[in-house]
Amino acid sequence: MTAILPLLVLIPLIAAAVVLVLGAYRRAQVVVSGVALAVVSVLATILLVHVDRSGTVVVDVGAWDAPFGIVLVGDRLAIIMVLISALMLLGVLIFAAGQGIADGDRDTPVSIFHPTYLVLAAGLFDAFVAGDLFNMYVGFEMLLSASYVLLTLAGTGARIRAGVTYIIISLTSSIIFLASIAFIYAATGTVTIALVAERVRDLPADVQLILCISLLVAFCVKAAVFPMSFWLPDSYPTAPAPVTAVFAGLLTKVGVYAIIRTDTVMFTDVNIDVPLMVIALLTLLVGILGALAQADIKRLLSFTLVSHIGYMIFGIAIGSQAALAATIYYIVHHITVQTTLFLATGLVERVGGTTSINRLGGILKAAPFVSVLFFIGAMNLGGIPPFSGFLGKIGLFEAGVNLGTPLSYVLIAVGALTSLLTLYALVRVWNMAFWRSENEVEGYSSPLLDSLAEDPEDRGVTVKTKRVPALMLTATTGMVALTVCLTVFAGPLFDLAARTASDFENHSTYVDAVFPGGVE
Amino acid sequence: MTASATLIILMAVLYAVGITVMLERSLTRVLIGFMLVGNATNLLILLVSGPSGSAPIVTGTATDESMADPVPQVLMLTAIVINFGITAFVLALIYRSWWLAQLGDQGDSVPDQHTEDTSAQTEATFDAVDLDDAAIQQVLADSDEHPDDDEKEPEKRS
Repeated sequence: MTAILPLLVLIPLIAAAVVLVLGAYRRAQVVVSGVALAVVSVLATILLVHVDRSGTVVVDVGAWDAPFGIVLVGDRLAIIMVLISALMLLGVLIFAAGQGIADGDRDTPVSIFHPTYLVLAAGLFDAFVAGDLFNMYVGFEMLLSASYVLLTLAGTGARIRAGVTYIIISLTSSIIFLASIAFIYAATGTVTIALVAERVRDLPADVQLILCISLLVAFCVKAAVFPMSFWLPDSYPTAPAPVTAVFAGLLTKVGVYAIIRTDTVMFTDVNIDVPLMVIALLTLLVGILGALAQADIKRLLSFTLVSHIGYMIFGIAIGSQAALAATIYYIVHHITVQTTLFLATGLVERVGGTTSINRLGGILKAAPFVSVLFFIGAMNLGGIPPFSGFLGKIGLFEAGVNLGTPLSYVLIAVGALTSLLTLYALVRVWNMAFWRSENEVEGYSSPLLDSLAEDPEDRGVTVKTKRVPALMLTATTGMVALTVCLTVFAGPLFDLAARTASDFENHSTYVDAVFPGGVE
Repeated sequence: MTASATLIILMAVLYAVGITVMLERSLTRVLIGFMLVGNATNLLILLVSGPSGSAPIVTGTATDESMADPVPQVLMLTAIVINFGITAFVLALIYRSWWLAQLGDQGDSVPDQHTEDTSAQTEATFDAVDLDDAAIQQVLADSDEHPDDDEKEPEKRS
């Protein structure tokens, strides 16, 4: 089983090299990338079953013992994240392949797309299974470099402008991350997470606090937590639909994952729950208020993405096992639903020719099936029972009530309000884009549409490409089916999340897995 | 822990200058700022390795007591390589951004002159950079703006 863990990173990397060579054969590229991601999904499933039964898998790369070598740690949380990311990447890849075949690859130079996409996958998986901070940094850099290329794909003016903001912000956060690693090394003499977790306990409380905060600042930028979230809605929507879907679903969650690791494994003695809750509250509110003012569906979804990160931070701040379990379930739910919604929006854009709800109309009549796909995703994100969004939030609110501080009650209220406002924003999209008939669009006025901000890059052009290729529809349908599965199998999945959270009950679970003989 | 005061001062100056330059509008300056801040961070990593010592080469089994800590040096090398790659990418981005800023909306729709080319023709005219530059010079020559007016005009959204 230990051999599988490095393979999760190696397979996408090797496949990236292969598809780079296959640059001239686009179909071969699609097949190789698809097979690579499918294999990773299967391996991650096998590994998850194994880890769930017999405990964390640890690999010393190059047979150098920790802390001298690099350790890869596959505990439940890491493998769950790898599995769900691999499934998302696979779904989006099929979607992108369908789009590429249909459009004759005019807008996206596919020979670049596939290798970069696989490097992004490798970086993502590496960041998840990294057992030392510096390896995590390298994983982050891999996925970020790949994301720079994907975001500026084809180099149009809008994408370059969006890309510049994104790249400068990411670079700054990477520098902060690197400097934090230097501080941690100075204080503890190691970068292996398990050993840092042990040694950090002997440091004075204020030093621990500084180390913890400097790491959290770096991760909060990546996770788009308020007040470090303003870059996100400007940069994500300009990319091609599949790229936006992947970024929205996965990149911010790497940040959240790193925050969980920091807060529950490395710095368990640092008590920053109250500041985290305040930040979560502001993230929820500011994000959703931004979403309400958007006419463009992609921008609206980007703002809800920022807002819903607040739920996860809330869960981490509560810190109880029930809260962590709910957070982990919510992360998985949010990855799938957000990715799916962006894909469905990509389909809407093909049918309607635009993503601005001021100009969309009659989608329900023009493409009923696409509408259903969007509707399921929207209700799920809005937290309508019995969908998984509702279940995740209920879990979080229960944990909040158990905590019982006044601030946690305020957060529950704001969380419920955010959920309703999300629903309001999405139902407005539904009313305008899907229910309104197409010939009403001209000269339509409604208080609902007053004071909506268009996308600044929107040139007001409507280009309808009526045809929605079967492959794109299949991919989106598969993803919607997956989100429904999260609801149908919520019981076993919640149990799995609870077992995952129990790994964090005591940080020594993680440390013992890496150092079975005890830390010397 | 002991550290060289010179290096600490150098690091502080690099951070200060780097951050100041990063806050400028021009993309090239942002890149220069990033490089300075990146190198300041590399110095920070070097500083945390403690006092200087002999080269960390283990001969036989005995370890030298005065050996320098090798781990931060490894981290630093990796960080340098990553920074190098990203700098190269940002340079390409700046070039593209400059090209679009010069051409405005035209930049997106300059036709590809090579769609009809055979591979032999491609080989003959492979130096794409020269072609790009020539195309821009052509557009500049045709327009009534002069590149030297850059100083007076604020740069377009760079």
